[in-house]
Amino acid sequence: MNWEEVIAPRVHQVPPSGIRKFFDLVSEVDDVISLGVGEPDFVTPWHIREASFYSLERGDTMYTSNYGLLELRKEITKNLKANYNVSYTPEEEVLVTVGVSEALDLALRALVKEGDEVILPEPCYVSYKPSTILAGGRAVKVQTSCENEFKLTAEDLERVISEQSKILILCYPNNPTGAIMERDELLEIAQVVKEHDLIVLADEIYAELTYGKEHTSFASLPGMKERTILFNGFSKAYAMTGWRIGYATAPKPIIQAMMKIHQYTMLCAPIISQKAALEALRNGRKEVDKMIDAYNQRKRVITKGLNDMGLDCFEPQGAFYAFPSIERTGLSSEEFAEMLLQEEGVVVIPGEVFGESGRGFIRCSYASSLDNIYEALTRIERFIKKI
Amino acid sequence: MRSDILKLLEKNGKLAAEEIAIRLDLAVEKVEEVIKQLEEDEVIVNYCALVDWDKIEREMVTALIDVKVTRERGIGFDEVAKRIYKFSEVSSVFLMSGGYDLSVKVEERTMKEVALFVAEKLATIDQIQSTATHFMLKTYKKDGVVFKKGSQEDERLVISP
Repeated sequence: MNWEEVIAPRVHQVPPSGIRKFFDLVSEVDDVISLGVGEPDFVTPWHIREASFYSLERGDTMYTSNYGLLELRKEITKNLKANYNVSYTPEEEVLVTVGVSEALDLALRALVKEGDEVILPEPCYVSYKPSTILAGGRAVKVQTSCENEFKLTAEDLERVISEQSKILILCYPNNPTGAIMERDELLEIAQVVKEHDLIVLADEIYAELTYGKEHTSFASLPGMKERTILFNGFSKAYAMTGWRIGYATAPKPIIQAMMKIHQYTMLCAPIISQKAALEALRNGRKEVDKMIDAYNQRKRVITKGLNDMGLDCFEPQGAFYAFPSIERTGLSSEEFAEMLLQEEGVVVIPGEVFGESGRGFIRCSYASSLDNIYEALTRIERFIKKI
Repeated sequence: MRSDILKLLEKNGKLAAEEIAIRLDLAVEKVEEVIKQLEEDEVIVNYCALVDWDKIEREMVTALIDVKVTRERGIGFDEVAKRIYKFSEVSSVFLMSGGYDLSVKVEERTMKEVALFVAEKLATIDQIQSTATHFMLKTYKKDGVVFKKGSQEDERLVISP
């Protein structure tokens, strides 16, 4: 069998993962300190884990509604209203999914017609482009820059819009840059979105993790709820990555379309994770605040450390990533990351993995203990002095 | 700001002012000034280490003693507590609600010494009506820190998007 010919061309179109080769490199190095991890270093708070034991004991081991448990959807809408002032009907406008990744895939598959353009502000999360391609869409990139603190500007957005433009994916607070966009900045984007009749996929998985500035949900802007699919989940704020649980909220017709795909592919999100998510929303605030506090302190340590050694780093306002420029070292970000790993055993992710405008930058995750961060900073500084 | 600084110092008394300043985004001089004031006001009473004595070979037993107090006119709990905490064997004294009045922690080399201390010194205080002595066998968690052998490995993937 010639599998290369058998496999669908769409899959061949998806470029190989940029971080794949680092996995192989890492296995050859001892005593590795990783700033390359895109998930919290905290374990899911005990009260959430404990609630899931009880749930199992009670025998909660069945399917749930395709949409997810109604009591969870109710809690989700209550939470969105209280935190971001957006109102959704739990019965019709919420879909509980296996993480935001599934929800994004569902949305793209439900919306994209062959040849539709999906606009991706870069640098961005690594799955947006592959998901777009797999849904039959065309990924159109729009670059953001360090001068603008990696925020999307209306001007830059206008420049890439064509007749085929249909969807804009926004992710703020941003992975990999740590950038956020504030209300007045988002309003300018909303204007363009309205003018060109775009649909916005707002990936707000890091919404809870902002430092000092309040998160504005794109759906909360005037006239935007009707054209926005809002994504959030539990992985980042509640340190629940492995539970694979998230959700999408949107107007009824699109939720129904997404549910149609979800019911035949996933059926429902695991009940055990849904029960855990319920506990997280009901009683998780205190633990989330503690984690935010810890991230905030680490953020200050790592940005100061990087800036002090000459790697210019703007102050990230959200998520748990610092995104310093390594241009002055004369190395490309890939060379920098590879050499740093081989010589000092520190893992960072080269910025171009997340798009062209990430060239010359590296992503350093501070979802790592302060001890690790200090040690990593010491090693990076030693490395820079050598080159 | 005071409580932010206190929270950090409560977890790590060795934390330098420079480090606190970075973590809380404050000026070093400001942090130093606040700490000095907190020390003067005896909000920060002492700096000490959290020790897992179970890891060290030494002869030492710790007992928690529930003490019931008979109150007399003119002699309150404070007076009784004072008579108790003056003994060097006593490491802590708390006023409690519920089934007894004072919780007294005593450290001695042997159980016999603790028993003798209770029988001869504690129980003989006039206002003390009764005592119940509990010996502590093992420390699992103290002051928010779990005592265990070795720290848990970070099992996350080294790289994730």
